[in-house]
Amino acid sequence: MVDNKVNSILFAGVGGQGILRASDIICEAIMEAGMDVKKSEVHGMAQRGGCVTSHVRYGKKVYSPLAETGAIQTLVSFEKMEALRYLKFLRKDAAIIVNTEEIYPPAVNMGDAPYPIDVIAFLKEHYSKVIHFNAGELAQKAGNIKTANVVLLGAVSNMMSIDQSVWENVIKKSFPEKLVKINLAAFQMGIAA
Amino acid sequence: MKKELMSGNEAIARGVYEAGVRFAAAYPGTPSTEIMEEFAKYDDVYAEWAPNEKVAVEVAIGAALGGARALAVMKHVGVNVAADPIFTVSYTGIEGALVIISADDPSMHSSQNEQDNRNYAKFAKIPMLEPADPQEAKDYVSLAFQISEQFDTPVFLRSTTRVSHSKSVVTLSEPQMHEDKTTLKHNAGKYVMVPINARTRRVEVEKRQMALKKFAETFPENKMEINDPEVGIITAGMPYNYAKDVFPNYSYLKLGMIYPLPEKLIRHFASKVKKIYVVEELDPYLEEQIKAMGIPVTGKDIFPYTNEFDPGVIKNAINSDLQGAVSPYKESLAQRPPNLCPGCPHRGLFYALKKSKAYVHGDIGCYTLSYMKPLEGLHSCICMGASIGMAHGMSKALKEKGKGKVVGVIGDSTFLHSGITSLLNMAYNNSDALIIILDNSTTAMTGMQEHPGTGYTLMGKEAKKVNLNVLVSALGIQNIRVIDPNNLKETKNAINEELASSGPSVIIAQKPCALFKRANIKPQPPLKVDADKCEGCKSCLGLNCPPISWKEGVTKVGSKRKGISFIDETLCNGCGLCAQVCKFGAIS
Repeated sequence: MVDNKVNSILFAGVGGQGILRASDIICEAIMEAGMDVKKSEVHGMAQRGGCVTSHVRYGKKVYSPLAETGAIQTLVSFEKMEALRYLKFLRKDAAIIVNTEEIYPPAVNMGDAPYPIDVIAFLKEHYSKVIHFNAGELAQKAGNIKTANVVLLGAVSNMMSIDQSVWENVIKKSFPEKLVKINLAAFQMGIAA
Repeated sequence: MKKELMSGNEAIARGVYEAGVRFAAAYPGTPSTEIMEEFAKYDDVYAEWAPNEKVAVEVAIGAALGGARALAVMKHVGVNVAADPIFTVSYTGIEGALVIISADDPSMHSSQNEQDNRNYAKFAKIPMLEPADPQEAKDYVSLAFQISEQFDTPVFLRSTTRVSHSKSVVTLSEPQMHEDKTTLKHNAGKYVMVPINARTRRVEVEKRQMALKKFAETFPENKMEINDPEVGIITAGMPYNYAKDVFPNYSYLKLGMIYPLPEKLIRHFASKVKKIYVVEELDPYLEEQIKAMGIPVTGKDIFPYTNEFDPGVIKNAINSDLQGAVSPYKESLAQRPPNLCPGCPHRGLFYALKKSKAYVHGDIGCYTLSYMKPLEGLHSCICMGASIGMAHGMSKALKEKGKGKVVGVIGDSTFLHSGITSLLNMAYNNSDALIIILDNSTTAMTGMQEHPGTGYTLMGKEAKKVNLNVLVSALGIQNIRVIDPNNLKETKNAINEELASSGPSVIIAQKPCALFKRANIKPQPPLKVDADKCEGCKSCLGLNCPPISWKEGVTKVGSKRKGISFIDETLCNGCGLCAQVCKFGAIS
């Protein structure tokens, strides 16, 4: 039996997209909201342009920092095709948040493999809750393209019952002062997306 | 007390500080590296990067013989390098305290093998603790130092990638006051391991083993949870969490100390439950010892030997009738293998090396990534430092057949780690192989750690910087060239000439890592492909540089081209390598 009391979020994308920073922020917010939280990721080789994933699990008491395959409730994909790579980890009723930006893997760059088409349509066909937007564009609107990860966090926050004030506190603590305003704006962009 | 979200490695560093320990030595290696980086940030500590793990352990032993509480940190394969002193310090014991952290890597996320270092505890007769999460990782450090002091023994603390690199809520403790117990005390009978003394100490080791076995029986971190009496799980470390996640109602014996094992406690647990599973990643380490006690358990009959577990692995092994999760997406997806960064100085070197058609022995570093298509720059990689000895051995065995065809490549950090003696051997035994030192001025793969060639210490102090050229020369190598690997013509010429020359040669390819901030590399403007000049020959794609891609269908009147290359300006570092490769002058 899947333990329904523990929530699992899978962050996925490509090295350099700020995935680990985003999952750190969400953990801090969960902790500040008074829940137990664990997360797991792998450093090292993945930093060199490879796939990066981070599991975040929270609830009253969490044992495993890794979710069971097929038990994840929310997938946050920082890149469009990466969403397809992790569907096996999701529950059938999972929610999916997808950044529609594309980053080509080497084989696609070389012309040796296609970039999958109709990703969003495929996801919508199989999952009832699919939220998609171009996080890079929204980040740019917020003032800095590098805040795309915080835009995505804003979108995830809609699915969690954590007070707005907690998120704002944690974002303030997570960035140098001069970047706080832009990141708060990016977070709001994600909420509205 | 204060609560913080911490990784296992951050928590270990905190634990070391909380235990009042102020002395540590290590060599970086994933997943252990951050332990030292974090520890070095605390006040009044001494932390150093040693050139390799053996030296790190010897430094820590020396400190411990002087009465200090000392720590040595390494990844699992680092323990192999350090095994020689470790096996004998087990005999001598120490004056102060000595804890050795081994960070294992089940699933080989960043390693060349997934050896199970729990075996080292049994092999070297050294007690071992294994925490299951960051909280325990912090708390067990203190316990490890206590055991070391109480039993006059080195103690292993074993982490794994999932403990070191997962984060969870850690309750901090008030740091113990550091007490300086260092002193010079002679005790040659205990510390000079000539046979007559070693035989005496050998007996002491067995006495200590007996005392530790007794200690393990009541060690509070060997915890029994009796719930459902039908099924009991014996486990240790992170797999405990995976099992609890899917089987919260089973009974558990969670071992915090995995060597030596508490036999009476295990028998007691076995008497309380009907069926026992031993849940452990990698080797049947616990299983074999428990079976040897005559207790029937189920282990590797149903659980995998290879790779790390997750909750699903355990659930599916116990309930074999369950169907595994499946993805609705059935097409194959292009992989994203890790790649050399834009502007990486290794790219030019391996591009040139491929043209020489030599057999290239490699070792551990970012450059190992060059083995993949299209660079295909490496043909062997066994362990740190191995490339020099292997190139020499192959060259000697092949004699004339190998002339001008055998190369060893090694990084600056790995050369200083374990390449110096093998290069000395090449000079001594008059090798014909060519060695290329890829000097990018840092330990790049693990995240820019200092080493004796960088001019700085872990504590950020300026240090004596070894001159590689002088060092290589002192080892007896006469043919030495220093080149810029981003100059393709110079690089190709140097490789061809040194392959043709007889006797051992060394090329030092010198260019700082493109991500290395201190190198202060001036940003170059990104390059562009001139769509009129590009003939679509794909030569530049052979560099496997992340910003360079191929656009099918962009044709040109009077040309047979089927598409053109394209450079992503946001990724390009402006190194100019592709412009040197382009035969049509289309990139500038």
